[in-house]
Amino acid sequence: MHELSVAEAIAGAVNRHADGRPVTSVLVRIGHLRQVVPDALAFSWQMITTGSELEGSVLEIESVPATVACRACGAESTLDMPIVACSQCFSRDVELLTGEEFTVVSLELAEA
Amino acid sequence: MGRFHRHPDGTEHEHDHDGGHGHDVGDHSGYTETGAARVMVLENILSENDRVADENRRDLRAAGVRTVNLMSSPGAGKTTLLRRTLVELRDRLRIGVLEGDIATSIDADRLEGLGAAVSLVNTDKGFGGECHLDATMVRAGLARLPLADLDLLLIENVGNLVCPAEFAVGEDARAMVYAITEGEEKPLKYPVMFRAADVVVVNKIDLLPHLDFDLPRFLANLADVNPRATVIQASSRTGEGVGAWCDWLRAAAGR
Repeated sequence: MHELSVAEAIAGAVNRHADGRPVTSVLVRIGHLRQVVPDALAFSWQMITTGSELEGSVLEIESVPATVACRACGAESTLDMPIVACSQCFSRDVELLTGEEFTVVSLELAEA
Repeated sequence: MGRFHRHPDGTEHEHDHDGGHGHDVGDHSGYTETGAARVMVLENILSENDRVADENRRDLRAAGVRTVNLMSSPGAGKTTLLRRTLVELRDRLRIGVLEGDIATSIDADRLEGLGAAVSLVNTDKGFGGECHLDATMVRAGLARLPLADLDLLLIENVGNLVCPAEFAVGEDARAMVYAITEGEEKPLKYPVMFRAADVVVVNKIDLLPHLDFDLPRFLANLADVNPRATVIQASSRTGEGVGAWCDWLRAAAGR
């Protein structure tokens, strides 16, 4: 369900930027904290683009792990769970470095 | 803006900086090597929604209305809590309710006659029924409310623990209703929603003696994903905690 809404939002952004030109692939970058399942998003993309100008275009998904920098001990760690804390000293006084990305990066257009 | 390049294995991507990985491999000579045209977008996936949400927020603030987006899973007790809320605050705040549901006016009907202006938004016009309200749907619902006559707008989102958290609708604050019948582990399973909430109403607390629910463990799980959230234990059935919730709303409304 979530992925379907996200796919529709991506298609909206793609259509605005493609401006009628044929699109072969779309690169998106999505952080782990967004709770998007890549396979479900790829499936949703296929479903919503079928019969549209974007039919046949490939959605490339770059998944970005969630990482934090600890203000207490200085360590940087990657989160396995959605618990925003340092994996070294368990402090919650951390800065989120990555993991909330939610970006349409680029489109590739077919050769004219 | 980063540069695109292609690696020998055919993968390609762009970098904002050089921290990602070592770059002794790959062709870095130009922006594209494929002959095909690439269009850089670098736009938030939800930027169009966020733009409309900002318009909603501007209009609401201009009318002197503060807005709370109320989210929960289906059956957590949002509508029952809202009924209590409207009764409690009817003499203190002028309240509007924007009621989102996939289909039917059942919940909107339950809120009639309590002194609030109610606008219903059914989301089933789209692809099999949207699972959340987005900013454009809310914009349509706002047009049916007398904004100039309101202090506080409560947006009852579609019951769903995932999608509504991603879609800003123009709210000033986000409230979540969670029922203790849902289990202690929900914050860890649905972190996007729990992270988004400014306040979590822990509802159906009157059922605590009858359940195996581990309240301290739930509160620890919640603090793990969102240490900043205000927590209010309540029962929309008995009225326990509803006063604290209404106080929170009055503070949110600035009254």
